[in-house]
Amino acid sequence: MLNTIWFFMIFIGMIYGALTGNLEEINNIIFKEAQEGVTFAISLIGIMSFWLGIMNIAQRSGLIKSMCNIFRPIMRIIFPDIPKSHPAENWILMNFIANMFGIGNGATAFGLKAMKELNNLNYNKKKATSAMAMFLIINMSSLQLVPLTIIKIRQDYGSSNPSFIIGPTILATSLSTLIAIIIGKMFERRN
Amino acid sequence: MLNIISISIVPAIIIIIIVHGYIKGVDIYSAFIEGAKEGLKTSISIMPYLIAIFVAVGIFRGSTVLDIFTHLLSPITNLLGLPKEILPLTLIRPISGSGALGVVKDIIANYGPDSFIGNLASIMMGSSETIFYTITLYFGSVGIEDYSYTLKAALISYIISIFLTTFICSAIYII
Repeated sequence: MLNTIWFFMIFIGMIYGALTGNLEEINNIIFKEAQEGVTFAISLIGIMSFWLGIMNIAQRSGLIKSMCNIFRPIMRIIFPDIPKSHPAENWILMNFIANMFGIGNGATAFGLKAMKELNNLNYNKKKATSAMAMFLIINMSSLQLVPLTIIKIRQDYGSSNPSFIIGPTILATSLSTLIAIIIGKMFERRN
Repeated sequence: MLNIISISIVPAIIIIIIVHGYIKGVDIYSAFIEGAKEGLKTSISIMPYLIAIFVAVGIFRGSTVLDIFTHLLSPITNLLGLPKEILPLTLIRPISGSGALGVVKDIIANYGPDSFIGNLASIMMGSSETIFYTITLYFGSVGIEDYSYTLKAALISYIISIFLTTFICSAIYII
């Protein structure tokens, strides 16, 4: 599927760019964005290594495990395929919690770790399992409760109440996550 | 208040973890190094996936081809009660996070942060995620090529949540 999307993004973009005389701009974009991919991955090294280092301490001391016990019942409903007390469960939870608090790159670190663990449970290494699908569907529904960047922008533009959006955003985020779980479950059943 | 909470979350988590680890007698230094090495490996291994998605998104966004989609979709979304000023945001949000942030800034600058459109854009930005980036990064990191129904399900949930957010925002204004 991404094969097709990737093709169309580049193809349509280029054709449209050519028709509107934007080709020079597109040349610059290719150069800039390829560079950006490298810069971003490198800039991720520091924060990602740091968080995985810290979390490895929490893992060894048993802190993650005891924290995850609280949420285990919910996890069992959402991810029935993950065996009890498999490490994937812990990393998924860490990812969700980091997401909620808006620790973006920390969440990415835990999420990638979760994917690795989920892939250990995968029989067909090329195809996504339903646990992987559910994990990403929830992730892509947004979990962040307080969008600090946007509150900052609102402040910059002179809002009379920059944090007004917190309540509605939490409501919208919770509902969109709930919808994501339901839709994910529907697809899960169909497959 | 909010600022104090947000800046103290990370230090608080770190303190709790290292104190707990130290008390439990974990060799915290070597545990940290072990975890950090894994972070290094992962960051490097995702680089090709990042380049692939960044370039494709960049070309797509830079060509302003989204304008066409906005024109094509506006009759449908008007019918469903989605303001046309929001449509570009809803189209770019799943594709590019920084692009969407630019659009939100633009909307807020034009309509004001406290207007209906300004609030709606803020809430929508805060309650959604960059779908294409997330999916390529996460699946790419473990070499998954067949996404099964993941993208379809995510996009369907996204579309539903857009209308839901619009509904929530309108409801607040009516009250």
